[in-house]
Amino acid sequence: MIVISEKLIVSSSPHIRTSESVQSIMFDVLIALFPAALMAVLLFGYRALMIMVLSMVVAMLVEALWLKNRNILGDGSAAVTGLLLAMTLPPVVPWWVVVLGSASAIIIGKQVFGGIGYNIFNPALVGRAILVVSWGGHMAGDIWPMPQPFALTADISAVTGATVLAAPQEALAFSLPEIFIGNIAGSLGETSSLALLIGGIWLAYRGHIDLRIPGGFIGTVFVLGTIFGGGFYENYLLTGLFHVLAGGVMIGAIFMATDMVTTPVTPAGRLIFGIGCGLFTMLIRLWGTYPEGVSFAILMMNAVTPIIDNFTIPQQFGGVKKSA
Amino acid sequence: MVKELFKGGVHPEDKKNYTASTPIEKMPLPQKVVIPMQQHIGAPCELLADVEKIEKGTLVKAGQKLGDNQGFVSAPVHSSISGTVTDIGMYNHPLGVKINAVTIESDGKDEWDESLQPGGNLDELSAEDIRKIVREAGIVGLGGASFPAHVKLSPPEDKPIDVVIINGSECEPYLTGDHRVMLEKPEEILFGLKAMIKALGAERGIIGIEDNKPDALEVMEKMVTEEDNIQVCPLHTKYPQGAEKMLIYATTGRVVPAEGALPLEVGVVNHNVGTAVAVARAIREGKPLVERVITVTGSGIKEPKNLQVRLGTLAAELLDYCGGLKESTAKLVVGGPMMGLAQPTSEIPVIKGTSGILALTKEDVHLVESSPCIRCAKCVDACPVQLMPTLIAQVSEFGDYKKAEKLYALDCFECGCCSYVCPSKIPLTQWIRIAKAEIMKRRKQQGK
Repeated sequence: MIVISEKLIVSSSPHIRTSESVQSIMFDVLIALFPAALMAVLLFGYRALMIMVLSMVVAMLVEALWLKNRNILGDGSAAVTGLLLAMTLPPVVPWWVVVLGSASAIIIGKQVFGGIGYNIFNPALVGRAILVVSWGGHMAGDIWPMPQPFALTADISAVTGATVLAAPQEALAFSLPEIFIGNIAGSLGETSSLALLIGGIWLAYRGHIDLRIPGGFIGTVFVLGTIFGGGFYENYLLTGLFHVLAGGVMIGAIFMATDMVTTPVTPAGRLIFGIGCGLFTMLIRLWGTYPEGVSFAILMMNAVTPIIDNFTIPQQFGGVKKSA
Repeated sequence: MVKELFKGGVHPEDKKNYTASTPIEKMPLPQKVVIPMQQHIGAPCELLADVEKIEKGTLVKAGQKLGDNQGFVSAPVHSSISGTVTDIGMYNHPLGVKINAVTIESDGKDEWDESLQPGGNLDELSAEDIRKIVREAGIVGLGGASFPAHVKLSPPEDKPIDVVIINGSECEPYLTGDHRVMLEKPEEILFGLKAMIKALGAERGIIGIEDNKPDALEVMEKMVTEEDNIQVCPLHTKYPQGAEKMLIYATTGRVVPAEGALPLEVGVVNHNVGTAVAVARAIREGKPLVERVITVTGSGIKEPKNLQVRLGTLAAELLDYCGGLKESTAKLVVGGPMMGLAQPTSEIPVIKGTSGILALTKEDVHLVESSPCIRCAKCVDACPVQLMPTLIAQVSEFGDYKKAEKLYALDCFECGCCSYVCPSKIPLTQWIRIAKAEIMKRRKQQGK
């Protein structure tokens, strides 16, 4: 009888682990962003590609430098942050604004809090918020370049207009299917609801997003848009739908409000978070100073995430509420 | 048929193909066995040194009682072979501790204790008779928890039991012993179940089987066609479907209350298929629990097998019989990969609750550094009892066990789903286990 008693690893159960890792999740998010990135290039040409690549490279470099990590790719989260930030930028943004935004997303949005997992606010949105507040002139004027589909090398600033949210009279010039596909003025990655939806389906299929968040978010925007939108777009219901498809709601609901680190972990909390995002978005859109409110709505909800978690701890299986 | 599906759970690769189609093989008598005095939850057995003169040099027969305890929650242990007692003393136990054990060298004759007599016809046995037979046979839950079976058959009078559930879900990956038992010994399972129903005065029996075992479902269905009060219930394949509370919920829709309540609170008693077979044998053949079916499997085993082995057989001898371990074996686990216990040595005996011996090679042992929690909440969604693993682990890490208690840490039954799904590879189950131990320690100190 051979007794084996050396070199055996003794550890606590379970003894098997899923092959999923932080890295594989980040890779899945990049895959999910691919349709929207592709759309950005098709609509806004080579500049879109340059902005996205620049933003990703800066984010990865800054993170690697900050962490003194030789592996530039790291866990892939910096690439995701860089790409997400790029998607929220206007197509004609100057290169140095991209660099500043991407660097601040990583440093101020994430690393000063202790790095991945510890940040309170969505890093990409922190980067965007800093740019909007500090270099607003380059971020969102009244004049936006119009997309020129498939004209990859065209000068996109030649034809300009307003975003459909900024000027509702502009909105009427576009049909909802057109807005859905994304052939409208707007930030790089936000215009094509179709592409974003494809990415969202992938993320849901891979189990990386909880539909309570986009569901709560989009549902709230639709309901409030229908009731308070003024029905300017043909009728009340279509106006609600218009509010969902126009602007940043889709990218916000599918990719920003579902950021794992900065959103609640409790199931009920996730629904509340989504609804809160929708509520603040519409408050800003309808009665605020900015035409669009998605990014600030999400940042506000990020801030209250710990409180939401605290108040929504689920009852355990078979448990009964104790009267306090 | 099945409507209810518990929330949470995970779908690990089941890896049952190693042994799922391998018939149970009777392992030849081992050279020696080591019988620990505790193989169950409850009071440890005391060696029968005075009455039976169990000491070094004593000749014992198979089925002879070696130790007992008069406490209610306990179960006697028996010799599993005939031979000579060569040692009595502390010995390695799968729980990772040393426990008093009797070592018996086989005489190769396999002579059985003559005083063992069949219990008789089931129709003529009273509920009390059945309980007595089950107790004397030392039967405990063979699923792994090892709770003395007669205790589960003796509910308090104010808690009537109407349903007996036989657990054939075998949701742990790799293990196939219960699956094979259902295919090969369905008649004994049915008999055992009937005896349990009688002992409890229950109305009906349910045999729950995960639908990844269609052949077992078919065999058991056929077995119960003529039984009016017994049905086979197919279960969705999802880990931990075989956990008591999940199984009861899936088969009856009843929710066992939290905070340590037993299934009898909802009129249910739960037993493993192997336990049913043991009960059948105790009644019909008078045999105490001295052997069981175990699966020896995993990437580190040269010839994986389902074996019927005598209790007390050393894992090392089992591994020899299965062609030995591969060079690359890195981990030896008693039980399944989700809830089993890693062993520092192969010199450990098979005990009543040993459902399998699993050898994993380096590739299957995931030794990775954990990284910070990214709050993905996959552990929250995976927890079958709706706890917040990541939050409990966090407060446990900081030693805030009061907060852990408020987060219902004690309701965790350590299924391992949270650690399994964690992309950051945080040992969540382990942190919760630590919190549980600390909370229990405090409760004891406070005399609660």
